[in-house]
Amino acid sequence: MNVIEINDIVKSYRRGNQRIRVLEHISLTIANGEFLSLMGPSGSGKSTLLNLIAGLDQVDSGSIRIGGTEISTLSETGLAAWRAGRVGFIFQFYNLIPVLTAYENIELPLMLTGLSKKARHAHVITALSLVSLQDRMDHYPRQLSGGQQQRVAIARAVVTDPTILVADEPTGDLDRRSAEDVLELMDQLCTQLGKTIVMVTHDPRAAGRAHTLKYLEKGVLSDAPQVAVSECLQA
Amino acid sequence: MRLKLLFRNVFRHKLRAFLTIVGIGVAILAFGMLRTVISAWYAGVNASSSSRLVTRNATSLIFPLPISYLEKIREVNGVREVSYSNWFGGIYIDAKNFFVNFAVEPRSYFDLYPEFVLPEAQSTAFFRDRKACVAGRKLAKRFGWSVGDIITLKGTIYPGNWDFVLRGIYHGKNAATDENQFFFHWSYLNESLKKNDPRRADHVGVYVIDLKHPDMAADVSEAVDTLFRNSYAETLTETEKAFQMSFVSMTEAILTVIQIVSYVIIVIIMAVVANTMAMSVRERMGEFAVFKTLGFGGSYLSILILGESMALSGIGGLLGIVFTFPAARAFAEAVGQFFPIFHVSLDTIFMDIGAATAVGAVAAMIPMWRVIHIRIADGLGRTG
Repeated sequence: MNVIEINDIVKSYRRGNQRIRVLEHISLTIANGEFLSLMGPSGSGKSTLLNLIAGLDQVDSGSIRIGGTEISTLSETGLAAWRAGRVGFIFQFYNLIPVLTAYENIELPLMLTGLSKKARHAHVITALSLVSLQDRMDHYPRQLSGGQQQRVAIARAVVTDPTILVADEPTGDLDRRSAEDVLELMDQLCTQLGKTIVMVTHDPRAAGRAHTLKYLEKGVLSDAPQVAVSECLQA
Repeated sequence: MRLKLLFRNVFRHKLRAFLTIVGIGVAILAFGMLRTVISAWYAGVNASSSSRLVTRNATSLIFPLPISYLEKIREVNGVREVSYSNWFGGIYIDAKNFFVNFAVEPRSYFDLYPEFVLPEAQSTAFFRDRKACVAGRKLAKRFGWSVGDIITLKGTIYPGNWDFVLRGIYHGKNAATDENQFFFHWSYLNESLKKNDPRRADHVGVYVIDLKHPDMAADVSEAVDTLFRNSYAETLTETEKAFQMSFVSMTEAILTVIQIVSYVIIVIIMAVVANTMAMSVRERMGEFAVFKTLGFGGSYLSILILGESMALSGIGGLLGIVFTFPAARAFAEAVGQFFPIFHVSLDTIFMDIGAATAVGAVAAMIPMWRVIHIRIADGLGRTG
């Protein structure tokens, strides 16, 4: 069953007087529990596509249906509410809130759910144990290593039990070992918890973990070229 | 969580928060002090009684009125009591020791001004002794006077050295009463004038009329002035408030400047806090984009920013208000002779609170607008 159905979407940006088309009539389906990696050169539109899938931006034309919801027609407020319950985000630079502890960062998305404090606590502890950071729950981001921060970010992404996880260069700022840990964790989320993951990456090793590789260049989506696939497999 | 976030963000940059709070505190302190100066300027007006009228020479206050008017005024319908006084303008040792000193008719004057409270034994001694004087509590404290002391004033309007025996120290009935005044017998002044400058004798500076009822003010004023129309010393009778206000009006330009400066201070600190908030929010635009990504709406973030701004201005404002009191006390001690009533009123506190609130609210406006309108992708800095 497809959880993400993208149909003929077009997206462009205005830069000064010029209108730059970033995505050209893209269609894509992603099955439930699939781990898809998007690759492509800088400026190819990978992050734009990710933003559209995550409901962070609106398409010019076409439709995006996620988990049965047509998100391209949702209002700003509707999109915010949809994101809060359905999407988990993992960023390259973790994007944790520096004045909140690991526990509080993970609890943050739950503030919009109306759960009681006790229920929120149970969710946070579960998410913390998933990323094996219970002993660091009272640490602030500055007191954690890059890998630990990214694990906290992953816990924050999954704490609301979202339908999909979107990850933008999740290993881009990590050393090889931490990157491996994070990728292993994402793999577990996909295989054991059935999460659908869409990841943008330049890293062949990261892409190699995905079930599906897609390649985006000059706004046109295609299957990854054989060279890239081989590179990923070797990595 | 929101409060936790709010206060942690306020003190994220401790030095910047500290300096901003100090800036707001100093601004509110300055604002409060200037408002208190303005209040002090109006102290005489505010302390005026609605049942008292003042009759002066219609040409100018510097021209006196004959004492013979006294009985005629007393007979006007609606008048309960009449007293009179002369501005003496005496100097105690040095001109810098300025204080208000009047020659008055003691019994009627103290009857008309019940706010000057004098112990019975002291008032009896004062009324009995023609060379006696009384001083306000603050004035006596200022110069270390005690009852029985001989006080010599150097006359400026009425030349010579004038010796008085301090027979009493009055205190004010309430905080608005001036305790820096000095009174002595008009008869002492008049008898001396009869001997040395007879042309100036038997004249008073103003008559003070106590009404049977405040509602009669207009009728009595009209009646008194009609009584002396076409005489060589026509009168102008007005309420005590209007009389006091005429002095304030003379310095209205200064008051206007003080008022403008007080508001300018608030506008300046508003700009400073707005800049601080703008910097703080600009630095955290990525974080706000993360909040939006997670599903937090513009209203949640706006409240967060407004709360931060209000917390900064609230803490600064509170410090400013707290320090206004000792500053006002120090100011009153330094220039008490010019501002006999100098205390921070409740109105001033409310204005301080209003100013601090306005600073917090206005400073948050532009950052709030920016955060509400930032595109998430721009905030995260990740398009391409």
